[in-house]
Amino acid sequence: MAEAHPTHLLTARDAGMVACTDCTRVWPLETERCPRCGAKLVSRDGHSLSRVWAWWVVGLICYIPANLYPMLNTTFMGKTSGDTIVGGAVTLAMHGAIAVALVILIASVAIPMGKFVAVAYLALSVQRGWHTSKLRRTQLYEMVEFIGRWSMIDVFVVAVLSALVQLSVVVSIQPGPAALNFALSVVFTMLSARSFDSRLIWDSIERDGEEEDLT
Amino acid sequence: MTHSPTIGDDLEDLIACPTCDALYRVDAPGNGERAVCSRCHHVLIAPVEGAILRVVALALTIVILLVTALFMPFLSIEASGLHNATSIFEAGLAFSRAHMVILSLAVISLIIFIPILRALLLIYVLTPLMLRRRPWPGAHTAFRLSEHLRPWSMAEIFVLGVGVALVKITAMAHVELGMAFWLFALLVVVTVFQDGYLCRWSIWHALEESPEPGAPPSLAPAEEAPAHG
Ligand SMILES: [Zn+2]
Ligand SMILES: [Zn+2]
Repeated sequence: MAEAHPTHLLTARDAGMVACTDCTRVWPLETERCPRCGAKLVSRDGHSLSRVWAWWVVGLICYIPANLYPMLNTTFMGKTSGDTIVGGAVTLAMHGAIAVALVILIASVAIPMGKFVAVAYLALSVQRGWHTSKLRRTQLYEMVEFIGRWSMIDVFVVAVLSALVQLSVVVSIQPGPAALNFALSVVFTMLSARSFDSRLIWDSIERDGEEEDLT
Repeated sequence: MTHSPTIGDDLEDLIACPTCDALYRVDAPGNGERAVCSRCHHVLIAPVEGAILRVVALALTIVILLVTALFMPFLSIEASGLHNATSIFEAGLAFSRAHMVILSLAVISLIIFIPILRALLLIYVLTPLMLRRRPWPGAHTAFRLSEHLRPWSMAEIFVLGVGVALVKITAMAHVELGMAFWLFALLVVVTVFQDGYLCRWSIWHALEESPEPGAPPSLAPAEEAPAHG
């Protein structure tokens, strides 16, 4: 793998060009649409951070009720009880299924929380010009993009359980109101992360020493 | 692999890292090699021998697996003499019973429609390239769309969800795994291979280099030669 000299690297913007993030071709700076793939070209997405924060906030707003209300309601012999995300994982762990309880806790609690923190950190680091490792931040970003979607697992668990466990009067499972909030929260945080223009992380090399507010 | 650009490079010889905007002169790596951005480590180019043929074959497999799975029994349970079965489609519809029709539509899209659509788009884009023909109309938009759909294609996450659900039920009922379950499990493996073979840069390059209308087809193979530098 080519290991050049990172600080001497030229960026497309330095060279007076605009890069297509869809197909990696470069074009003269004023080009509006990529002639090769048709994607809209922006050297740096100026609205990136406001979109990141907008999705981030609605994602968080949905995530709170997703944890307070039951993900699923179990009716056993006429008696109904609800299970929240954490409650469901605790029940599983008490029945000895520790590994599965961990999967649920990681996918539905650790990943979403970690994602809120990571995206906020990335956006703030760019806005405030923090000097933390750019490579680490890029890797964090790629990890958020890669792992974030796996949070959807709990929604699928609820779908399968409530479709399958329908044994007339004995036992039946219904989806709880938290399922919709949770799914929305996953979608919004995915959109938040995808709105982030990771090139902004690397631009701060050039802006070192300058007091500049990107918003 | 990739080198710093110099004055006099043609635009088409340049490539910019989509993650950090670093500019390189393309020196396409051989099959099985990778060109990686030296400052952010993003994989820029990773061609695979015979990738286009393999991706088309695997995308076709995905469509067949998914469509077949829709019509096969998925899961069934039995407890205290009572019995219930569900298909994949019914699992998606579960939320509509609880007044969450939107969520049902979303689930069905994420696990069925988007994976099928993405596979069909790839077939549409790559089949002419495989036959060394001109791309079909709209191929560029189709490929861009299929790449944007990638994170929203969640069949593999669904399979893990089914696994978790099964662990939850086995304590209270006897569960029978149907054919659709195994087709979906197979789908995960096929998708992983398909995405492993799919090198975005190589496909854009092939779409660009594909023969112009009227060009003699015999010229097509020769265009591959300059790719190795
Ligand atoms: Zn492009
Ligand atoms: Zn890079």
